[in-house]
Amino acid sequence: MTTERVHRFSRRTREAALGYLLVLPSLLIFGTFVFYPFFRNFQLSLYRTPPFPNLPKRYVGFQQFHDILGSAEFRNSLKVTLLFAVMSVPTGIILGLILAVVAHQRLRGITIYRTIFSSTVATSVAVASVIFFTLLNPAIGLLNYWLGRGHAPSPLDDPKWALVAVAGVTVWQNLGIAFILMSAGLQAVPDELLESARVDGAGVWSRFRNVTLPLLSPTLFFATVVGGILAFQAFGQIDLLTKGGPNGHTNVLVYAIYTSVFRDNDTGKGAVLAIALFVITLVLTLVQLRFLERRVQYER
Amino acid sequence: MSADVMLATLTPGFQRFLVVIALLVVAAIVLAIVSAKATPHTARRASAVNRYLLLTMLALIVLFPIYVTVVNSLLRPDVIGHRPPTLFPTHPLWNTYSSAWSDGHLGRYLFNSFFVTLLIVIGQIITAVLAAYAFAFLAFPLKRFIFVLFLSTLMVPAEVTFFTNYQTVSSFRNVPVLGTIAGYNTYGALVVPFLATGFGAFLIRQAFMSLPRDLRDAAALDGYGHWRFMTRVAVPLARPAIASLALFSFFGAWNQYLWPLVVTNDDNHRTVQIGLRQLAGASVDRINVTFAGTILAALPLFVLLLVFQKQLVRGLTAGAVKG
Repeated sequence: MTTERVHRFSRRTREAALGYLLVLPSLLIFGTFVFYPFFRNFQLSLYRTPPFPNLPKRYVGFQQFHDILGSAEFRNSLKVTLLFAVMSVPTGIILGLILAVVAHQRLRGITIYRTIFSSTVATSVAVASVIFFTLLNPAIGLLNYWLGRGHAPSPLDDPKWALVAVAGVTVWQNLGIAFILMSAGLQAVPDELLESARVDGAGVWSRFRNVTLPLLSPTLFFATVVGGILAFQAFGQIDLLTKGGPNGHTNVLVYAIYTSVFRDNDTGKGAVLAIALFVITLVLTLVQLRFLERRVQYER
Repeated sequence: MSADVMLATLTPGFQRFLVVIALLVVAAIVLAIVSAKATPHTARRASAVNRYLLLTMLALIVLFPIYVTVVNSLLRPDVIGHRPPTLFPTHPLWNTYSSAWSDGHLGRYLFNSFFVTLLIVIGQIITAVLAAYAFAFLAFPLKRFIFVLFLSTLMVPAEVTFFTNYQTVSSFRNVPVLGTIAGYNTYGALVVPFLATGFGAFLIRQAFMSLPRDLRDAAALDGYGHWRFMTRVAVPLARPAIASLALFSFFGAWNQYLWPLVVTNDDNHRTVQIGLRQLAGASVDRINVTFAGTILAALPLFVLLLVFQKQLVRGLTAGAVKG
């Protein structure tokens, strides 16, 4: 009996040891590149970076949060990022939905169209940005020419249009994934339901409005929240298209973090901005989890 | 600002452009209604034509930027600026592509991107499968807490931690082995921070948990240890989830921009996304090479899309759609 207990005990210990061994690689990476920098941000945010290098950093506590989060620059960044999200996310989803509805039919050769509609998933932010940067170039850009702007400066240099242009590029780049998502959502709508609505005399619009759209709402919600989170992380298109300009009109949050650290060497400010970005992401993620929880309850 | 004030400030050309777009949209809606109303007997053929017209119109709009880029990549730089623009290259210059490949370093950038992406995908699958196995099949103290730690990493986007990680990676310079493997401007710096994934571990844990519980007992009776059960039973059965993870991490790694931008500074290590940034800064007389480079940079994923479209759609939408 004793031997058996010893044996069982050691087996449990070995199982636990194996468990720790298996999660260890991930934990090492997370510890070094997720948790450490996360807490380091909080530490950095309490110290003011001196105006000249080689001077010691000065502890200022929460004063720095107060100064930076209250500054006009931060309010501008927040406004610009929010505007960017509001302009790009719903537009992308609606256009993706339109394409998905049009491609949701049985036709010979429809797969070719589906491939074309999803084709922009093959473009990265950088590819899309470089394509449109040159299309909007005043000297050679076709789009600038057709927009009737002739040799006027690119919309990317125009305070009124820069953010619109950046959002437009983003919408085009995300069209593929939006189409794929919405198509999958449409495919999950049972045909029998639409058929019986048709038998009941519901028209095209009424079927879409009363059958398809409600059943599509989880997909739409998912796309909105994830799109919103990603919009708040936008950086590449700003770096390639506008560098935050003209005059801060496209200075989104992540670009502001980037310039404060890599141009101004102000890690204190970068840390405060990064924490602000974290809080925004957290709120959006919690909204999503909250919703997913509710959906699971519906199913049961 | 009211709507008509905004319209008045628009240049005439832009109004023309808007009119064209509006006409296209109206035509699309009319076509859609006509094809929806058409009865099977009278107008089946007409309706099919309408549908194809609508689909083709939309396809042209979506593809237009890519088409123009391909055309411009084949033109002489001075022809690109001509008005009215050339929309079909009569004398294509194919050598812009070889020029982008070698002089524009596209060959090197693409290799770097593939290499880095491959390491990240393989690394993420390995760490995620290992951790997921522990969470699904093993009992150990603090398991729940560690699992929550894994999930909490999903709340911290890389955009929040990138400059502190940049400092960490830069500080590796003074450490003997680490500096050459994962220091600033090395492949390791591009790969190592992404070798673990909370999302992937969660995804595969769910797949493992959905396997019948008897499976483990049966395998144990057959004398399978944990290692053999994992590699011969659990992993093969979780293949769809692993494929999904591979796809996500491939896209994530391939499209990375911010991190490669801050931790690389030479062409030997730059990924294709950062390479494009270099290329975009080229002078106007080499702008066709920039266009060619952009096409080359997009081509690998485009080919993947053509070959794996079905799997791609299934993998990318996993979790987003009910059922």
